[in-house]
Amino acid sequence: MNNRIKQLRENSLNATNRISAERALLLTEFFKSNVAQQVSQPVKRAMAFDYILSHKIICINEGELIVGERGPAPKATPTYPEVCLHSLTDLEILHSRPKVPYVVDEDVREAYRNEIIPFWTGKTNREKVMANMQPEWIEAFEAGVFTEFQEQRAPGHTAGGEKIFKKGMLDIQQDIETSIAQLNFFHDPEALNKREELKAMHMAASAMIKYAQRYADELDQLANSENDSKRAAEYRNMANICRHVPANKPRTFHEALQHYWFIHVGVITELNPWDSFNPGRLDQHLYPFYAAEISNGSLSKDQAVELLQSFWIKFNNHPAPPKVGVTALESSTYTDFALINLGGVKADGSDAVNELSYIMLDVIEEMRLLQPSSMVQISKKNPEYFVQRAVKIIKTGFGQPSLFNTDAIVQELIRQGKSITDARNGGASGCVESGAFGTEAYFLTGYFNLAKILEITLHNGIDPQTNKLIGLKTGNPLTFKSFSDLMEAYALQLGYFIDLKIRGNNIIEQVIANNLPAPFLSLVIDDCVANGRDYNSGGARYNTSYIQGVGLGSITDSLTALRYHVFDNQSVTMEKMLEALKNNFVGYDELRYTLIHETPKYGNDDDYADQSATEVFELFYNAVNGRPNSRGGYSRINMLPTTCHVYFGSKINALPDGRKAKEPLSEGISPVQGADRNGPTGVLKSASKIDHIRTGGTLLNQKFTPSFFKDDESIAKLAQLVRSYFRLDGHHIQFNVVSAETLRDAQKHPEKYRDLIVRVAGYSDYFNDLGEDLQNEIIRRTEHENTF
Amino acid sequence: MSAGFSDFPPSFLFLFFLSKIIMKGIVFDIRRFCVHDGPGIRTTVFLKGCPLRCIWCHNPESQEIKIETIQKVHSFEGKKIAKNEQIGKNISVDEVMKSILKDQVFYSESNGGVTFSGGEPLSQPNFLQELLQLSKSNGLHTTVDTCGYSETAHFEAILPFTDLFLYDLKHPDPQIHKKFTGADNRLILQNLKWLSAQNTKIIIRIPVVPGFNDSEKVMNQTADLLKELAKNLLEINLLPYHEMAKKKYERLGKPFALLPSVKVKNENLTIFKELFENQGFKTKIGG
Repeated sequence: MNNRIKQLRENSLNATNRISAERALLLTEFFKSNVAQQVSQPVKRAMAFDYILSHKIICINEGELIVGERGPAPKATPTYPEVCLHSLTDLEILHSRPKVPYVVDEDVREAYRNEIIPFWTGKTNREKVMANMQPEWIEAFEAGVFTEFQEQRAPGHTAGGEKIFKKGMLDIQQDIETSIAQLNFFHDPEALNKREELKAMHMAASAMIKYAQRYADELDQLANSENDSKRAAEYRNMANICRHVPANKPRTFHEALQHYWFIHVGVITELNPWDSFNPGRLDQHLYPFYAAEISNGSLSKDQAVELLQSFWIKFNNHPAPPKVGVTALESSTYTDFALINLGGVKADGSDAVNELSYIMLDVIEEMRLLQPSSMVQISKKNPEYFVQRAVKIIKTGFGQPSLFNTDAIVQELIRQGKSITDARNGGASGCVESGAFGTEAYFLTGYFNLAKILEITLHNGIDPQTNKLIGLKTGNPLTFKSFSDLMEAYALQLGYFIDLKIRGNNIIEQVIANNLPAPFLSLVIDDCVANGRDYNSGGARYNTSYIQGVGLGSITDSLTALRYHVFDNQSVTMEKMLEALKNNFVGYDELRYTLIHETPKYGNDDDYADQSATEVFELFYNAVNGRPNSRGGYSRINMLPTTCHVYFGSKINALPDGRKAKEPLSEGISPVQGADRNGPTGVLKSASKIDHIRTGGTLLNQKFTPSFFKDDESIAKLAQLVRSYFRLDGHHIQFNVVSAETLRDAQKHPEKYRDLIVRVAGYSDYFNDLGEDLQNEIIRRTEHENTF
Repeated sequence: MSAGFSDFPPSFLFLFFLSKIIMKGIVFDIRRFCVHDGPGIRTTVFLKGCPLRCIWCHNPESQEIKIETIQKVHSFEGKKIAKNEQIGKNISVDEVMKSILKDQVFYSESNGGVTFSGGEPLSQPNFLQELLQLSKSNGLHTTVDTCGYSETAHFEAILPFTDLFLYDLKHPDPQIHKKFTGADNRLILQNLKWLSAQNTKIIIRIPVVPGFNDSEKVMNQTADLLKELAKNLLEINLLPYHEMAKKKYERLGKPFALLPSVKVKNENLTIFKELFENQGFKTKIGG
């Protein structure tokens, strides 16, 4: 890392996360104007986008090589009042909460008090969404049966494909003009809507070109007043780049990075999509530029590394837009989930690892930043050295890169109906979600609490937290004669709540399609331009709505405990079990000991214990998969929690697996914390019993102490462990490399561990930024120690 | 002319195979993802029973060839919960094989396999032979971790089904060996010589125990002995003694022999490693 990068990195790490009212004020100004009242919704949104980009502060940071900032300064984070309006209380919470705070200055509060709140109250997407939800949906939502992603943020989630690097805004505008020319006003009842949408896209492209132009002008001015001739030359070069991209397609490595970055800033300024935006297969997209310039001598490897490092810092300057309430609980982090994919296969199915894949791994290791997240796709075709190189970085213990199974992802996407080429060009974004990059709009719609369904089933439809009947009356559990009676009741409850969720999703997606078109994002995702439809209303080639199952380990172990003790062995009566749960095991220590220590558990490759995992998986899959959404696509499942397993746990009393009330659920498809006693192969075998290929992603965390990575031989064995899991069709695995002692010490002396990054669930975070319960949970996750 | 299987009536054959599958032995642990007991990712099956009584033994629960019951007191929610725990399980060859085969995908990905350890696995020679034979017929790489103290005929019986021996060599001197392990080393050396003459793969494992063999003199003698006895060793592993088993002794109600100095010095290990390397042996610290 040279001095420039060191300084930029330091500045990025030291920048304060704060709320900026800039975007909200500009948006409010525009929406108050007369012109805003006279145009269609997509055009209005495009004009608002243009207004913001034309008036926002041009921020160029000292020494940087890639320019463009969402806020007026690094980590100055805008709000999106058209999506969700923060109250003054919300702002105070953001400001003063101990974990993941955002500083809110007095002038921001002032702007909210006088301008933003008065104008947006009653007009936000969140209010429109909530007004359209049926009371049963609200009850289930409040009970913690499921969450709703689109409540505070615009729909995610997507990753750019190669189009971004092959077309400039002007090229896309030509495509738009072709689409407009081909509109059929005789036969297409939607022709007018399409024309408005295409007009909006065209305007959004122009807005982006103008924004880059503003940077070019500012850079020229800086060049003129710069005394250091070297830096002045850099400014001139950057100004030229900003005049060329993103209007035109990039020609050089530097242009390609700047080009992508402008588009990234555009997407996250237009709206606050869940999981920001993502350059996807970065080593693939950049390689042609790299190879050409290396061979003609216009770029050295060192320069390429410096540019990549500058690019990395840009991501780190952009924390997630602030969330409050339940949404903050389900994803409590500054990470905004841009996930860089390396490796995998090319469109023709061949090994995609190239020189840049390794260079980027070096960059990841050296930069050691929270953002962007990074992952390697591992196909059976990728060389062993690549996998081992990735494991060596994991060894350094900051949770990156995570490891994904390309061969599984490709099968998952093909099963969902994608072409083989689109599937191979895909990968994982966000935490672990599979997607066809550049061609798919895959909305994460909400987490679904698989364990809460059991609690409701055991109370005949009543939520014991509130004593309200929120589910179906599936019978008093004391009357269940067999385990299958219980499973039948569970299945009915699950089906009922999934119906509520999907009905809600389909309404919300229509509200968003009408209310929050995203013409800029639509420019870069195929086939929005060709279809004349917005990204948010089914314009993409593929449109998927994901529901994320949470707590597989907890629900599995709870069902197994009931089957084992109540039905198969009849060693505990249902009555006693329910009493124990009601009393949170107070006075039932012996029973709880038996439930925890003398009951088969998921995560040990024990078929008896794992049977409920596959049963619940099948029920969940069948309830969701293939149900049409309102964008011409389908609902699918994946299995990941982000931090929602903690929130969901807080909404459930004691469970039959021995878990006490309010404690976190298990995360992803990992076993309940501490339940796996047979080592990692047992965990991987259990986890592979569910059919990953029918999901859109699963998440498995394994914690290892550093001793596991002590030499090349150990690293090779870990790589083989990963390869074996992937042979079993496992989708993703991540290693947490840190000792429990270290974590305990970090809890006691947070000041000594400011840079301690741990794997949470599909992403890494600063240990200090995690809530105490989440910290404890990570400490408890099984450590696989090796003995001599 | 020897009799082929076809010479026996089918019912006899059935009984013959049945007897093999239902053959039982005493196993005290089956551990998966073992990465120090031979190549690749392995499952290690620990057979109960050992002819030696090494005073530093880190698996004291493995010594008796019978099922033992100990009481374990667990702290749970601030209370003590006492539970009887059975050490060792009478288990059929079939059941052991089922456990071993669970991790087949990991073995094939890593060129790993199964390791039989103990105790001394040859304390149950027929059971061991059966397991090895079945492992080989499932295409697994097999390793036997032995103290060497067993009839040579037993080695002869398992040789065709064993890919690698992890062979312990504790001390070159018969008297000292006897004092610290309960038996002198003549049979062990004799077996090593025999095995080595069969051109089988052998890794010598030397537990480095303070006050017993952690001197250059002993290690030099060991190296000389190895040069004389075993020509084609794959490598030598120096295993530093640790005190981790102390708790186990307490639970078993067995005395834990206090050795003069409990921690092996890293410098010593490095010196010993170089010493063996200078004699032409590939040497590694740790398994």
